[in-house]
Amino acid sequence: MDINEIIKPENLVFKRTELMTDKTLSYCPGCGHGTAHHLIMEVVEELGIQADTIGVAPVGCSVLAYEFMDIDMTQAAHGRAPAVATGIKRLWPDKYVFTYQGDGDLAAIGTAETIHACNRGENIIIFFVNNGIYGMTGGQMAPTTLEGMRSSTSPYGRDLASMGHPIKMTELIAQLPGTVYVTRQAVHKAANVRKTKKAIHKAFEVAKEKKGLAFVEIVSNCNSGWKMTPVDSNIWMEENMFPFYPLGDIKVDGKIVKDLMSDLM
Amino acid sequence: MSEIRLMKGNEAIAEAAIRAGVDGYFGYPITPQSEILEYLMMERPEERTGMVVLQAESEIAAINMVYGAAGTGKKVMTSSSSPGISLKLEGISYIAGAELPCLIVNVVRGGPGLGTIQPSQADYFQATKGGGHGDYNLIVLAPASVQEMADFVELGFELAFKYRNPCMILSDGLIGQMMEKVEFHEQKERTKDFDQSWATTGKTKDRERNIITSLNLDPELQYEHNLKLQEKYKRMKEDVMFETFNTEDAEFLLVAYGSSARICQKAVDVARSRGQKLGLLRPQTLFPFPEEAIAKLSKRVKGILAVELSAGQMVDDVKLAVNGRIPVHHFGTPGGKIHSPDDVLKAIDEKLLGGF
Repeated sequence: MDINEIIKPENLVFKRTELMTDKTLSYCPGCGHGTAHHLIMEVVEELGIQADTIGVAPVGCSVLAYEFMDIDMTQAAHGRAPAVATGIKRLWPDKYVFTYQGDGDLAAIGTAETIHACNRGENIIIFFVNNGIYGMTGGQMAPTTLEGMRSSTSPYGRDLASMGHPIKMTELIAQLPGTVYVTRQAVHKAANVRKTKKAIHKAFEVAKEKKGLAFVEIVSNCNSGWKMTPVDSNIWMEENMFPFYPLGDIKVDGKIVKDLMSDLM
Repeated sequence: MSEIRLMKGNEAIAEAAIRAGVDGYFGYPITPQSEILEYLMMERPEERTGMVVLQAESEIAAINMVYGAAGTGKKVMTSSSSPGISLKLEGISYIAGAELPCLIVNVVRGGPGLGTIQPSQADYFQATKGGGHGDYNLIVLAPASVQEMADFVELGFELAFKYRNPCMILSDGLIGQMMEKVEFHEQKERTKDFDQSWATTGKTKDRERNIITSLNLDPELQYEHNLKLQEKYKRMKEDVMFETFNTEDAEFLLVAYGSSARICQKAVDVARSRGQKLGLLRPQTLFPFPEEAIAKLSKRVKGILAVELSAGQMVDDVKLAVNGRIPVHHFGTPGGKIHSPDDVLKAIDEKLLGGF
């Protein structure tokens, strides 16, 4: 059978979302950002809410997210995306407003904005891509860098005594009454991609109900910053990141669904 | 129907904002301007006009809420006082870079650092020379009465939207805290048919997406963007505003703005009663600065005294306008102290008249 005989509409099982622009992604090959972008735009497309969705891009690798997502977007100052999103949402209460932030942006410089947007229960969605490193500036230590993990500013490994502990923002904000749905996912394998997409759907449902904030962490790799091949970085992520940042729902419908204390021990 | 009320300057700004149909206010408490947020909360503007009022977790968050909200194309504002404005400067630079209209009120107090809560004009450089990073300018309005605190809210938005540029009302603790008669116009509706062509309203199929950003990694593009901004700042000259008192036959000129101008007006009255031919020019816009008016007067008067509640900031712009034609002196009171008309008269005698 000629291959062209297979290519017809009834055989279509997957199609690239039209809500990603034709601009070539600026991310390193192997990085999870591209998948995360696609998943969010797929959900916006499936829900038919392109005209009702406004995104906020951070400072970091995904600073240019607005080049790739075909929706109205605002590019925020470093760490301030939740405040920027608050401003947009308060003025457009019937629009869907989300931020897309990395770990340096959300968990270091933007800690106050993150915690207070969550605590006010802003009806926004926060997408938090955690790869334990500052990617764009060249692989410096992030607030989520694991103990002993090497980076350009922790060249001998993160020393807890002098550099402090990696922070679990997601567990932290789950304890605030303003958050309704809090989950941690990954996008390195097909099964995880499916779960993450489900989580993104759920987050937009929560936003529609206006009951509070939805927070989706995506643990990702940074093969460039970690100085590994994409495949090795995914294996390293499973073996090192996931034990410290376990995947799964943390809070659903306003109720904490996992034992946070056991994780914090 | 207009209405006359007795109010603090800070309260007048808040009431004027509701009446002007402002869509949103985001603020954080700091003395001496907390009455703005307090008054807004007390008035329930959500019920009066649907205006959004939110107390943010910090000045930084408040200005970034303004940044996001201004990007929707609606009328939004914030207010603070000196240390708080310093915190907002990163956001103000982004807003200027992204060319968003909004209103920022600075009820200035003495500095540097935590300084004092008493009135000062020491934030002149910060307000008129940009303040944050990069080549940018704000439109800067300087009210000298409670009435102008109210009137400049609407004027500020008019100019901010005309140029798609942030506008600052540069007041101080004296004007903010003192009570005066103030006349308000009737309540205006919040605008529903505002220009959405550039704003984040949600992308529809019939248009390209609207992006609010100050990022241009390509230096060629950033260069072009900067030229466009500079061209805009030059155009603002057509909206320069100032008042003159007794300048027609003046031999000597005072230049002062805001609360210092009020004190100078009294000093001019006293000097005139002594037979000294003194006049006053009061800039109402500090950016654009009334440089042409000052240059013109400098051809008629023998000397100028810039009088400020600072160690000497606006005097630089006066000197640039005068361009060495005649002597320009400075009398200033920094650190939150307020000079009296007598102090100004003494400075006039010593600095202005002494040399002639």
